[in-house]
Order: sequence, then structure tokens, then C-alpha cells
Amino acid sequence: MTTLTPELKSGANPRKRTGSLVWHVFAIAVLCVVLYPVVWVIGAAFKPGKKIVGSLDLFPADPILDNVKGLADGIAGISISTFFTNSLFYAGMAVVGVVISSSLTAYAFAKIPFRGRKLLFALMIGTLLLPYHVLLIPQYVMFQKLELINTYVPLLAGKFLATEAFFVFLMVQFMRGLPRELDEAARLDGCGHLRIYWSIVLPLCRPALITSAIFTFINAWNDFMGPLIYLNEPSKYTVSLGLMMFRDQQGISDYGGQIAMAMMALIPVIAFFMAFQRYLIDGMATSGLK
Amino acid sequence: MSLVKDATVLAEEVNVVRPVAQKRRGRRDNLAGYLFMSPWLAGFLLLTAGPMIASLYYAFTDYNLFAAPKWIGFDNFTAMFDDPRWQKSVQVTLKYVVIGTPLKLLLALGVALLLNQSRRGQGLYRAAFYAPSLIGASVSVGFVWRALFSDNAVVDKGLGSLGLNLGGWIGDPDMILYSLVALTVWQFGAPMVIFLAGLKQVPRELYEAAAVDGAGPLRRFWNITLPMISPVLFFNVLLESIHSFQIFGSAYVVSNTFCGPADATLVYTCYLYQKGFQQSQMGFASAMAWMLLLAVALVTVVLFWSQKKWVHYEEDVK
Repeated sequence: MTTLTPELKSGANPRKRTGSLVWHVFAIAVLCVVLYPVVWVIGAAFKPGKKIVGSLDLFPADPILDNVKGLADGIAGISISTFFTNSLFYAGMAVVGVVISSSLTAYAFAKIPFRGRKLLFALMIGTLLLPYHVLLIPQYVMFQKLELINTYVPLLAGKFLATEAFFVFLMVQFMRGLPRELDEAARLDGCGHLRIYWSIVLPLCRPALITSAIFTFINAWNDFMGPLIYLNEPSKYTVSLGLMMFRDQQGISDYGGQIAMAMMALIPVIAFFMAFQRYLIDGMATSGLK
Repeated sequence: MSLVKDATVLAEEVNVVRPVAQKRRGRRDNLAGYLFMSPWLAGFLLLTAGPMIASLYYAFTDYNLFAAPKWIGFDNFTAMFDDPRWQKSVQVTLKYVVIGTPLKLLLALGVALLLNQSRRGQGLYRAAFYAPSLIGASVSVGFVWRALFSDNAVVDKGLGSLGLNLGGWIGDPDMILYSLVALTVWQFGAPMVIFLAGLKQVPRELYEAAAVDGAGPLRRFWNITLPMISPVLFFNVLLESIHSFQIFGSAYVVSNTFCGPADATLVYTCYLYQKGFQQSQMGFASAMAWMLLLAVALVTVVLFWSQKKWVHYEEDVK
């Protein structure tokens, strides 16, 4: 019933109606091309390994479960669930680290008028543009000397120490937008910074915190270079490295198991995205603007 | 009389009290500020500033991780410029950046213009177009790309049915880089969202005024939309080109052999990774990293310098 009114409205103006129809047809056509690979991987996971590459069909004529079932054997004696547990651990801890450390830092930049703030803020923004590769080798050398290679410490240290300037920046922008009267009133009531941070600013920053949390989770889940450099024992591998192992073991032409696992590795990301896309996209847009 | 006296005394007291309170508050703020940002400060010193200095030092040394670094001056840099594989990696990366970034931004702007019209289901479309930006960096999508762009696979057959017989892209040294370009262009969602936010800020009255003056859609785009979103365009160009310079994962995953065949996808960071982590030439790799930093800095400086010519901020208009 709710669809009745717009239809009547657009029906009153046939030119507008065709325009809208053309728009939707065009947008959907572009969308089909863009989302084709995503849908393709779901279908391919249920095709026989040798047919995956050649077939243009999105979905198999007679779907098989062999590829997915084959995953139960694991890779080189390591169960698939190990990779998923490792990735979950990495991504989960990354979220905890980024949310805590970035929000504390952002509070200092946005709400405390301390000496040297402008200079430090400029330095922080500067690191946004710094290619990570300049730091890669000395960091590796440092963690090697500390005997922390093949642990998650090198992967997580930066998250707990707010080195992901993008999230600090995002939160600073958000906190600056909060009405000043709120924390001034709280200060008159005798609240210290910790209290203002915890009871006033953090709850109001929820959208920025959620955006950062989701981006962090997905980035850590997708991370490839970090685990590739720092993890060298297969039982510690994340899903990304597990996938590469799978490919090297199976050979590059047999796609059955690879594609099935690739599909499974995409599921958490896609689920997260669908649940929180509104926050993500708004967060992206605001960070880009000011 | 006494009332006036009281008032002056009070005023004096306030004048005395305030600076002291302010000073105390200022000191407390300084302490609180540094305490709150201590995670970042530690991270900046230990993981950014310190490593930067170390990296600069390594760049002038011969260092293989096992023996102490040995100072060799500019040898790493001269060796780098003489190294044909280094030259190849620069070539490959530049090609990737120069072709991929404009295509990606064009598509992002095109779709943003499309989605900027108010239609039903806008939010849904926006989310769907954004999705590849999030999953595109994963190894999973690298696998999908390899499967789609192989010999006799979807892209090959699809183009064949259009009469274009290019063969598979993954095994072909002349074509594989374009499959990486396609992969980055496919992830146009992030700049698109930023364009959309910029388009929403353009005042409608400008278009109405232009329409009254008889300006067609193309003119309106060229004379109103483009200047009005130029700050956003600037931001996107800067961010996307800097990101493109640092491509690694997709080149590593999509290629069948190590960033090949025939070094066709030997992007800069692939070579850096190989030198540093496969051949333990940490000094050479550090020197490479600094050249990358210089390139990125150069692009940033040139873009910031050029923005006076083509980026319009609202203050300029008034």
C-alpha cells in the first residue's frame, strides 16, 4: 500500500517517470558489472574445480559441495578453523587497541588546550601521508631484536599505540563537532578530564568509534603484508596466509578448494559490511571533507 | 560607599584569583594532554620517528640483518639506479599509477554524479557500489581476479564474444598489469563516497541561476560542479595516487609467479619486499623505501603547488 502514493505522483508526470526508469535501469546495469565478481565467487564455490575457470555461468547447473567439504581436511595438516581463529584474534585485538588508543589521543587533541598541541597535531597528520614502507624494515629489525617475530605483537603494537593516524583524525574531527558547552558545564561541576572523556565525550562519539572499529576489523582481516612478514609458522597464519598456502599446495590451476575458502574468507567482511554500511559510508564521507 | 568598595575589592580579588587559577588549570591541562596522548606519543617515537631515523641510516649501509650495518655512503642509491629490475619496478609502478588512478577517479565521479540524483533506493545503491572498496584488498579477491582473468576464463570469453581476442591476462606479460589496473578501478567506492559528499554541498541556487541563463548540462558541470567540488577532487587525487604507489598485496596474489611473468607485475613494493625479506638486503631495501618516500613527497608537493591553479575554496569565491 505504501507504494501507491509515489506511483500516483510519478504517474502524474510521465516524463519524470521515464527518466526515473532509465536511471534505475542504467544504475542497475552498472551495478551488475561491479558486483559480478562478488556473486561469481559464491557460485564458483559450488562448481567442480576444473569447471570453475571456464564457465561463464554465475551459478552452477548442478551445484556440488565437494569444494566446501574438502576444506574440512585443512591445509598441510592444519585445520581451516585455526586460520579463522587466528584472524579473529588479530582483528578483534586490533579493534580493541585502535578504539582505546585513538580515542584517548583524539580527546587530547580535540579537548585539552595543552602546550605543543598544534605541532604534535601537524606531525600526526603528516604520518597520514608517510608510506609505511619506510618504517617496515627498521620495525622488522627492532621486533627481531626483541625476539617478537612469529608473534602477534608486531602486528598489534601499532594499533595499541595509535599509529593509525586516520582513526585519530576521524575521532578528532568528530569530537570537535561536539558542543563545547557540554564539557564546560561538566568542568564547572568539578569533572576532571578522565571523567569528561569517559562519561560525556565517548558516549557521544559512538558513530566515530563504530566506524573506526569496523574499518579496523576489516583492514586487519584483509591484511596481507603484515602477517606475511611477521608470521612464519603455519599454525599462526591468518586466513590471508592460509589462502596463499592453499594455492601453493594445490597448484595454480585447480581452483575448487581455493575458491571455496576464498568465499568463506569473504563472509565475515561482507556480513560486517551489510550490518554497518551506514556508519562506514558516513564516516568515509565526513573524513574526506573537512 | 561600602558597596562600591566591596565591588572594587571583589574585582581585585577576581583579577588576582583568575590568573592563578588559569595558570593552575593550564598546568593541569598540559599534564592531562600529554597523559591522554601518551599512547600516540609512544607510538610516534617508537614506531614512526625512531624507525625513520634508523631507516635513513640503513639506506647508507650494507646490512643483511646478521652482521652489523656497514657504512657505504651512496652505494645503495647508485646500485639502485643501475639495477635493471629496479628500473623495471619503477616503470611498472608508474604505469599502474598513471593509468589506474585517473580511470578510478573518473568512474568514481561518474557514479557519484549518477547517485547524486534523488531517486528511490539511493542508500542501497551507494552501499552496493562501495562494497568492492572494502573487500578488494583481500587475498580472496586476488584469487577471484586470477580466476576471472585466466586463459579461457570469464573475461577472455566475454571479450571474445565481443570480437576482441586478447587471450588470458594473467599469463601474458603485456596484459597482466591491466588486470591489476582493473582491480584498482573496481574499488572506486571510497573516492565515490567522498565525491558524493562534495556534490551534496554544491548550492542548488547556482544551478538554477545557470539554467535561467540558458546553460546546458555540460556547461553546468564544467562551470559549476567541477569548480565547486575541486577541493574534494584534490583530496581524492592526492590520496588515491599515494595509495597506488604503495600497491603490494594484489600484485603478489594475482600473479602466478613472484610478481611475474617476466617481472610484469614487479611493482615497487614487491621488489622492495624481495630485496629486504627474501634476500636480506636491508640496506638496499631501506634506500628503496626512501626513494618511494621522495616520490610520494614530490607528488604531494606538486599537487599542493598546483592546487592554487585549479582548486577553488569557498573563501575565494566570496
